[in-house]
Amino acid sequence: MQTSRTVEILVGIFIALGMAAFFMLAMKVSNITAFAETDTYRLQARFDNIGGLKERSPVRIGGVRIGRVESINYDDEQLEAIVNLRINSQHKRIPDDSAASIYTAGLLGEQYISLEPGGSEEFYADGDTIDETQSAFVLERMVGKFLIQEAENSERR
Amino acid sequence: MLDWLQNIGQAGLRVFQRLGHATLFMLQILVSIPVLFRHPRLLIHELYSVGVLSLAIIVISGLTVGMVLGLQMYNTLVDFGTEDSLGPVVALSLVRELGPVLTALLFSGRAGSALTAEIGLMKATDQLSVMEMMAVDPLKRVVVPRYMAGVISMPLLAAMFSAVGILGSYMVGVGMLGVDDGAFWSQMQDKVMLDEDVLNGVIKSIVFGMAASWIAVFEGYDAVPTTEGVSRATTRTVVHTAFAVLGLDFVLTAIMFGDQ
Repeated sequence: MQTSRTVEILVGIFIALGMAAFFMLAMKVSNITAFAETDTYRLQARFDNIGGLKERSPVRIGGVRIGRVESINYDDEQLEAIVNLRINSQHKRIPDDSAASIYTAGLLGEQYISLEPGGSEEFYADGDTIDETQSAFVLERMVGKFLIQEAENSERR
Repeated sequence: MLDWLQNIGQAGLRVFQRLGHATLFMLQILVSIPVLFRHPRLLIHELYSVGVLSLAIIVISGLTVGMVLGLQMYNTLVDFGTEDSLGPVVALSLVRELGPVLTALLFSGRAGSALTAEIGLMKATDQLSVMEMMAVDPLKRVVVPRYMAGVISMPLLAAMFSAVGILGSYMVGVGMLGVDDGAFWSQMQDKVMLDEDVLNGVIKSIVFGMAASWIAVFEGYDAVPTTEGVSRATTRTVVHTAFAVLGLDFVLTAIMFGDQ
């Protein structure tokens, strides 16, 4: 058995390595912004069709992630999907005529909400609803439209 | 027929009796934990034999598991042109499942069996009764430091396993197979959540550490004090830990990630 000093040094190294591994998992593997995201405000958007949008999907402006989808509900009076967004407070200056659309990252990638800034001088505040929305792009619907168009074209010929 | 029923009943009663023994033993350990604040040296010594000596097998296993995961995932993902998501796939499976579970299984093979054999042999060679005679509580002197060393080591080892595994898949994916360096890390950071994935993985490894160390020290303390009894107890430690960890993992996964 080693002397007690060597043992203690080795245990110290062991614990330091373990802490370093935790640190790496926190900083490099996950996004440390999870802490910063406690400082957020809410927006709401209504869509006819949200496609494959999920809770915690990203919200982006110009491709930069500024928040996440907090929850998704269905309003059976107006027959629309209600999407609650949590936007980081450092992005306070979103014009209140901005439009929200649901896009897909890549052909088969995850879906996200993209906000296109408008030209208004006023900004969205906590709890506001985004009026101008564009539904998700559903691949099957586009393929269906395309097929019908093709059929019509060939009939005409 | 009646004999057969009696045997079943007997076996069932024995199982419950052991379970009760183990629970009482656990409570005794928990009550005695404050002794470590007075004698931290005991703990450091056990941390060395339980934690430091398990380091090599954990790091090597983590590295190879990560490399194999990277290689296999890449082969499937590249068919869909989504090899950029190699990072999140590997990181999530390691941090959520493979890290805690495999570490606990390796831990019981490397350290748990040693704990059982050590305590069992102490019992077989009457060292524990000698301690009692000298008015030293063997529970506080022998069992509690070993138990706490296991509980402390497990989350550290599991974190190292996951971290090294991710580095291994990075080496294979980015170094050998040509996944984009930036996409590997940025997609990983985008998908892996600190509060859900990493934290739940840590909670899992703490729970597994408590279960694995509990089984190890109990089997040793409860071993039949003969050569054969100690060897049986050592085998039981590894087998029961595997069952307990896999069962607990299913329950914890269902609670943590079941509602997604």
